Amino acid sequence: MNWFNTIAILIAAYLAVFFQATFNELRQWVGVQIDLLPGLIVFAGLGSSIVTLTLLAVCGGLWADSLSSNPLGMSMLPLFLVGLLIHRSREFILRDQPFAQFVLGTAGTAAASLLTLLMIINTNAQPLLSWFSLWQWIVLSLVGGSVTPLWFRFFDWIGDTLNYRPLGGNSFRADREIKRGR
Amino acid sequence: MLKRPHYIALGVVMLLTFCVLKLPSQAAANLKLAISSLFLPLYGAAGSTQDLVVRTSYALVPRGELIRQIDTLEREKQETRVRLMQAQEAIRENARLRDYFAITRQFPWKPLAARVSSRDPANWWKGITIDRGSRDGVRTNSAVVTAEGLVGRVAEVGYTHARVVLVGDPDCRVSVLVGDERNREHGVIDASSSSPLDSALVELSYLSRNAKLSAGQVVITSGLGGVFTKGIVVGHIAEIPRSVGYGLYKEAMVRLAVKMSQLEMVFVLNP
Repeated sequence: MNWFNTIAILIAAYLAVFFQATFNELRQWVGVQIDLLPGLIVFAGLGSSIVTLTLLAVCGGLWADSLSSNPLGMSMLPLFLVGLLIHRSREFILRDQPFAQFVLGTAGTAAASLLTLLMIINTNAQPLLSWFSLWQWIVLSLVGGSVTPLWFRFFDWIGDTLNYRPLGGNSFRADREIKRGR
Repeated sequence: MLKRPHYIALGVVMLLTFCVLKLPSQAAANLKLAISSLFLPLYGAAGSTQDLVVRTSYALVPRGELIRQIDTLEREKQETRVRLMQAQEAIRENARLRDYFAITRQFPWKPLAARVSSRDPANWWKGITIDRGSRDGVRTNSAVVTAEGLVGRVAEVGYTHARVVLVGDPDCRVSVLVGDERNREHGVIDASSSSPLDSALVELSYLSRNAKLSAGQVVITSGLGGVFTKGIVVGHIAEIPRSVGYGLYKEAMVRLAVKMSQLEMVFVLNP
């Protein structure tokens, strides 16, 4: 198992949770707070092991809930379910296509926030819900989808920067080989 | 089709979620504060960076502008001193009269300045985190205000930080008074999701059906409930009240005095 990949993803989740709690500009403009974790879950679901995915859902969910009024532990299961669904069918997904990443990110963000909200409604908590929440959900999903390809670019860049470079191709061509014989 | 490791991971996450959700409320609150304190280094770094930017911007302000601002502030300070003298005399008179008529004395607030560290990352709550905690004397349910008016109340207190629920959050209902001295009406500022056009509007409900209110009237805290001291400005009536609940009571929209989306510095009122 590649622990570097797991640690990098967890650090990214930690920074993402802090960023989404302190970034206020989008809320001022359109009344919506961004959510970066579902995009990261989509990335982990497509390219990481189930252990990394589980750690990300647990740590990311707990960190996000600790800075929120959500009951603690509420975000873990929705994030994990989104990741598991993608991880299960990752052989059929074109993970390198930005459009596929955007669609998965949008759907993942929409599903994660909806599942979290459904779980909250099933507890004693009373979240703030109205028609405006529908607008928030749509914008949140689209922003989450737009951020997802950036996660892929970011981790590709990290990988290219910190990993060994692959050896260059050999100039040998089998069809130009001179075969000596009698 | 799920494989065995998938089932194991799913079981682990479900078990963990169940265990955390079933924790006693006090233990869950303590665990939440402990986990949120992991972000303290980042808060510290962000605060230092912000200070550095502000200090750098001071160096760019022209000297003439600074002198002009000092003059303005000096004048304001003198005016404030005169008002303070008048207010102190009024406070003394108020205390004498309260003693005379055997009315319980009101103790002055002790405002504690705090900086807003972060906001609630979920869209269905209205909350902020401030950089003051139990080591600074912040207590649960202390009122939080700015110079413009009421912000909310302290919901959870950590050692170095605290979480504040804002007015308009489902967890922060405020009993208020509206109207002049002769015709005062009680009401409750209820949870309301802001509109995309105006995020400063909240609902004022449970006004009596005979309430005669008009747009622009100031809404203040009533002091009922024991959380907020009486007399803190909440906002003003933005729309003429309308009858709801088959005419049993009235509701109105209130424009909050404080712009919640632009909060940077607040004051915690400790008793």
